[in-house]
Amino acid sequence: MSQLTLTTPILATADQILVNFKQSLVGLLPEILQTPAAVMLSIIPIMICFATLFALATWLERKGLGRIQNRIGPNRVGLPFTKTRLYGLGQPIADGIKMLIKEDIVPRNADKFLHFMAPVALLIPAFLAFAVIPYGEGIVPIDLDAGLLFFFAIGASTELVIFCAGWASRNKYALLGAMRAIAQMISYELPLIISTFSVIMAVGSLSLVSIVNAQSGNFWDWHVFTPWGLAGFILFFIASLAEANRSPFDIPEGESEIIAGHLIEYSGFKYALFFMAEYLGMFAMNGLSIALFLGGYHAPFAFLEGWLPGPVWFLAKLLVLIALFIWIRGTMPRLRMDQLMNFAWKFMLPMSLVVVVAAGLWKFLANPVFGWPVCGGLILGVHLLLSRSLFDARGWQKRTYRFAD
Amino acid sequence: MDLTLFIIGVATVAAAIAAMSLRNLIHCVLALAVCFLGVAILFLRLGAEFVGFAQILVYIGAVAILIVFAILLTRSGGEEPKPFFNSQWWYGLAIAVAVFGCLSFAILGGKSIQPQSITGNSTTVKQIGTELMTTYVLPLEVMGILLTAAMLGAVVIAWQKGERK
Repeated sequence: MSQLTLTTPILATADQILVNFKQSLVGLLPEILQTPAAVMLSIIPIMICFATLFALATWLERKGLGRIQNRIGPNRVGLPFTKTRLYGLGQPIADGIKMLIKEDIVPRNADKFLHFMAPVALLIPAFLAFAVIPYGEGIVPIDLDAGLLFFFAIGASTELVIFCAGWASRNKYALLGAMRAIAQMISYELPLIISTFSVIMAVGSLSLVSIVNAQSGNFWDWHVFTPWGLAGFILFFIASLAEANRSPFDIPEGESEIIAGHLIEYSGFKYALFFMAEYLGMFAMNGLSIALFLGGYHAPFAFLEGWLPGPVWFLAKLLVLIALFIWIRGTMPRLRMDQLMNFAWKFMLPMSLVVVVAAGLWKFLANPVFGWPVCGGLILGVHLLLSRSLFDARGWQKRTYRFAD
Repeated sequence: MDLTLFIIGVATVAAAIAAMSLRNLIHCVLALAVCFLGVAILFLRLGAEFVGFAQILVYIGAVAILIVFAILLTRSGGEEPKPFFNSQWWYGLAIAVAVFGCLSFAILGGKSIQPQSITGNSTTVKQIGTELMTTYVLPLEVMGILLTAAMLGAVVIAWQKGERK
């Protein structure tokens, strides 16, 4: 920031419009109201922005999946009170109204209190997770010293709530789905957390703001453009797919097997809350991977810094990752339960440990010329050995046909 | 006394009482999770960020889930309601009083420290990490070995059952 203000004062102020606006707005108020107002001005835009992004993402996802499956997707509902259709952009509004006015059905044998509390309690960690993600220079709700740990702690507390939802529904599918969800989330939490160790080792801090600041400069300064960063990002991305219950890992919700798992007894607005929490979790997870590996709110080139405010770069990266999520959902088949567990414990966990070792080596070599072959070779070598031995252990052979030949 | 500390304390103790006295085991676990959360918030209120978040991550994210799994995998549901006090309640009471007495003796007998002002960020995670890796490295390693041994033991027990089938 200090360098920026010295070299490009006008551009730097353009980047700080939001921060200055907030400060001047808070300054108008009497002193006793300033702290609450500052807090509210940090919270409310995040809630509005990400709730809007949720609405847009559902539409984007339906359009994207439609295109992948050779359909058009929703295209009927336009903007309200106008004749413009705009590729069905009004669909989220129609969906929202539908969810609001639907009958709320609670099963007779359900644990009424927990059945009601689960969707409410799920939304709290979903929003809390956004508290530590840096969206731009000086635009972070709270810069905690243990920000990364806060994020994972919040993420871990959703598991119990999902169990709550499944158990309170008194439905065997709901309970099965909840158990599957817990088993999956606990298994993938381990590689998810361990794959971030390399970043923590490189930066020497758990604060997301200092992690993002360590990646300022051009795009080759981002963590993803180091051998451990690339491997760590891929592992983190796979694990975040699993944590967000997204497509190849949507076993907890498997529509064709256990008819949406823990969501089965929820209807109307409660269902919408679950849906929203799931998408918010996905955004937060992607926001974290942007902050950890993809340079946070920094532009890909140093000279572009300041032309567009940081939140725009953040949003652009977030949209790319969401598009990747949608693409994967449209093209990957769902895993089986045993495949899911084997993949987590036999492949993801050892690989993430190797990435930690590689990050340590990188730090000691301190020279990309030696670092790339040694660290990259270590990761690649272990990956080849591990995947080959796992493949051989299955004992697969070339398929022979009895009648078709 | 600080009002927030008082509220957190009351909520935590209420959740702990609920965890003991509710008749449905799953409700008890959830009340216990609320109690863990209260303890975590207490840590955070006292400026111990790392301990507070670790408390949430480990106790709500893992221990409570483990208890839930243990209950669901061992009980076959539908158990008849048992009386609130079982026949040996006074053993428990005696032990509880003894532990309480021990702890309060230790706390009251120790040399009193000046109450420090409650400010956040008094210790950074980095300091904790450095201390763990230098001063307290031996206890850390011993704990690691103990946990590994416990895990190996659990694996061995599960393994033998699988072979007998």
